[in-house]
Amino acid sequence: MNAMFRGKGWSFGFRSAIMLYFIILIVLPIVGIYTQSFSLGWTPFWESVSDPLAWKAVLLTVRLAVIATLLNVFLGTMIGWVLIRYRFPGRRFLNSLVDLPFALPTAVGGLMILLLLGPNSFVGGLAEKIGIEIVFHEPAIIVAMLFVTFPFVIRAIQPLLEEMDKSEEEAAYTLGASRVKTFFSVIFPTMLPGILSGAMLAFSRGIAEFGAVVLVAGNIPGKTLIASVYIFGEIESSNPQGAAAVSVMLLTLSFLILWTVNLIQGRRGGQ
Amino acid sequence: MMRRLWITLTYIVFGLLLIVPLIKIFTGSWADGWSGFIEGITRPQSLHALMMTGIIVVVVTALNTIFGIMLAMYLVRAEWIGKRIKRLLNSLVDLPFAVSPVIGGLMIVLILGPNTIIGTMFEDAGFKIVYALPGMILATLFVTFPLMVREVMPVLQEIGAQQEEAASTLGAYSWYTFWKVTWPSIRWGVIYGVVLTVARSLGEFGAVLVVSGNIMNKTQTATTLVYQDVENFNVVAANGVALVLAAFSVGLLLLMEWAKKRKEVH
Amino acid sequence: MHIEVRNLNKNFGDFHAVKDVSFEIEKGHLIGLLGPSGGGKTSILRMLAGLESPSSGDIIFHGKRVNDLPPQERGIGFVFQNYALFKHMTVYDNIAFGLKVKKQSKEQIRERVMYLVELTGLKGFEHRYAHQLSGGQRQRVAFARALAPEPQLLLLDEPFAAIDAKIRTELRTWLKEMIERVGITSIFVTHDQEEAIEVADEIMIISKGKLEQKGSPWDIYKNPETPFVASFIGESTIVDDISQLIGFEDGASRPGTKALIRPEYIEIGKPGEIKLASATLPGKVKHLHFRGSEWMVELLVGDTKLITYRSLEKDVLHPGDEVSVLVHRAYLFNDNDSWIAENTLKVDPMPIHI
Repeated sequence: MNAMFRGKGWSFGFRSAIMLYFIILIVLPIVGIYTQSFSLGWTPFWESVSDPLAWKAVLLTVRLAVIATLLNVFLGTMIGWVLIRYRFPGRRFLNSLVDLPFALPTAVGGLMILLLLGPNSFVGGLAEKIGIEIVFHEPAIIVAMLFVTFPFVIRAIQPLLEEMDKSEEEAAYTLGASRVKTFFSVIFPTMLPGILSGAMLAFSRGIAEFGAVVLVAGNIPGKTLIASVYIFGEIESSNPQGAAAVSVMLLTLSFLILWTVNLIQGRRGGQ
Repeated sequence: MMRRLWITLTYIVFGLLLIVPLIKIFTGSWADGWSGFIEGITRPQSLHALMMTGIIVVVVTALNTIFGIMLAMYLVRAEWIGKRIKRLLNSLVDLPFAVSPVIGGLMIVLILGPNTIIGTMFEDAGFKIVYALPGMILATLFVTFPLMVREVMPVLQEIGAQQEEAASTLGAYSWYTFWKVTWPSIRWGVIYGVVLTVARSLGEFGAVLVVSGNIMNKTQTATTLVYQDVENFNVVAANGVALVLAAFSVGLLLLMEWAKKRKEVH
Repeated sequence: MHIEVRNLNKNFGDFHAVKDVSFEIEKGHLIGLLGPSGGGKTSILRMLAGLESPSSGDIIFHGKRVNDLPPQERGIGFVFQNYALFKHMTVYDNIAFGLKVKKQSKEQIRERVMYLVELTGLKGFEHRYAHQLSGGQRQRVAFARALAPEPQLLLLDEPFAAIDAKIRTELRTWLKEMIERVGITSIFVTHDQEEAIEVADEIMIISKGKLEQKGSPWDIYKNPETPFVASFIGESTIVDDISQLIGFEDGASRPGTKALIRPEYIEIGKPGEIKLASATLPGKVKHLHFRGSEWMVELLVGDTKLITYRSLEKDVLHPGDEVSVLVHRAYLFNDNDSWIAENTLKVDPMPIHI
């Protein structure tokens, strides 16, 4: 054992304090919510979950998050590629801007979308004329999710592209492969683990998002009410057990995703 | 040819998704002119909300930094934790990333709320947690917990334990070794972690909204004030506060870039 | 410092890394811990330093049990395999570290550091950082840093592993001289036998966690106590069927006995070149390799392959040549026993009694 922590009588107490802090802050609440949701037994849990408004909210969340994630995969792969492989004016600026959604409060992000696409805005007005409704409808929720999850895919594939040995690509060219063929047989497989884990993270953030969405969604039950807003509503109307039940569904889904990401990254690290 | 197309597309995406909205916030808060903006942010509730946010940011960042560094050191270096337990703890660190902030807030209400055993106990002792500052700090701590740990751990892994062992064979004890040997190596990682924690605690909304009850002039933070203003159709005032937050975020973004660069150099 | 280790054991989980190792080291000696990688040498060194705690057994410095002393209080210097220099400190600050910990005065520190800088030939490099130094210079810094607080025992973990082959020899001689000059008890770990033989006063051969043999390099070469030591030190060929050799019938009579033969145990000559013809075997040259200062000859005796060296002064051989092969001695071993046997026929079969 490295000598840093050894000896000294107080080190035991110190260690315990840190671990206790960790357990209380992270583990206890999660255990708490699972026990709370089953506190009244199976029937109330089942009732809470099978409430059509509840499962509709969960389904809507998952559906919209999938759409936002797919968009992110396309945009993120393209942007990650462009920012690493091409040199052009403004590249560094754009590269720093990628993290903006992480730095910006999500409520501010929601407000931005509201201002930009709202009924009084230029875009909103235009869309209304041709009969598309954006704000307070599904498109706005997708835009909000897209905004907050924007950096994930880009940041996940950039290191892979940077590490990639250029000679692999060049080897493919010397073997007579076309550019398109090289991209799909050499470059894309290298990026794939990054795309997958980035997409997973984006998806799990998407289904969890609250701040940006609550401002633009309109929150009409069964139509534009997503899961986290539904949970918020249940809390506001003093139904913590119902909120906990839906939370448990959402949490379990998120944990599965997190676990998968760890698995993907673990495999990559093992190679 | 293709190159042109891709670069143009990238610019379009950035423009639509990030740049235009950012500009919109700036112009939006100016919609009623300078005075509208000033009025928006000098309302008593705005000042109070900004103060609450400030307190939360400072307390959370301080706690998170200390505990985050210590935990990262234990998870990387300590041998008194078995390998399997270490792996388990390691995966637990990321849990808050997978938890929706609303759920994070709900957890704290469920455990420490006024209707719970612990909650009543504290309340009898005259210490209110939920719907008060301590709960809001707890919620933000929960949400921001992984940031510092995840920044410091890889740096510690990369530098290895040998320099610390060398220090110990030269007679240096833990505290001296930490400051003279370990700290200079992890410094930039820690600073980056601090910037991330500040950004996240500044912007935390869902968890704080649930835990605070959003009581004006009491438990309202800057982000929950923006929410309330929008709900009350007071968009210009919301814009004023949002602009202050956005300005901070852009500043943090610049700091992040700077810290990242230093981190790579060292 | 006088060092004694008794029944030292170390387990990492299920892995028994060090098995019941005992030894004693005299004050002022330079000891080489030699053995294949992963054999437990580094674990022994780290336990001596206090960086690892033994699962059982005693470590005794100067008659005092130090098992429970942390590394800070053992009075040792440790040179790490890749030196573990403090990256963000200059050469000067690296060397001064141990003295600053001891809270020595600025002048004292300066004096000691400058002495060591001079001693290790690092003058003019005091204000450089580790990444601005060559491998050899880094090693010197690590050495000076370990010596600065005047330890009683110097431990070096593969001190030459990260250095170019070209300057490695040079540095070896330098380190041996340096240690002799300082007069400090030292233990170094290496997997390179040439290095151990050249540098150490005494070698301890460690394999699979066990101490196989301890002794001077010459001793170990001449009288290997276990088959492992015999095969690990020097070059050798194993002959499974020793009935093909003549002069070793005693050994062949014991079932399962094999022979280990070093190149220098073998003499070859064109027919007639070797006087004791009755002790020789007929052989055939299979390949010749020019080794700069001599020929390496691959021989076939029956279906056994042997290797030997031949001076450039002697007649040049060609592949396919018939030669007489005299095996002077062999290291014989079976599952129970091992011994060195001389060729019994080398003694003139018809001695003349005076």
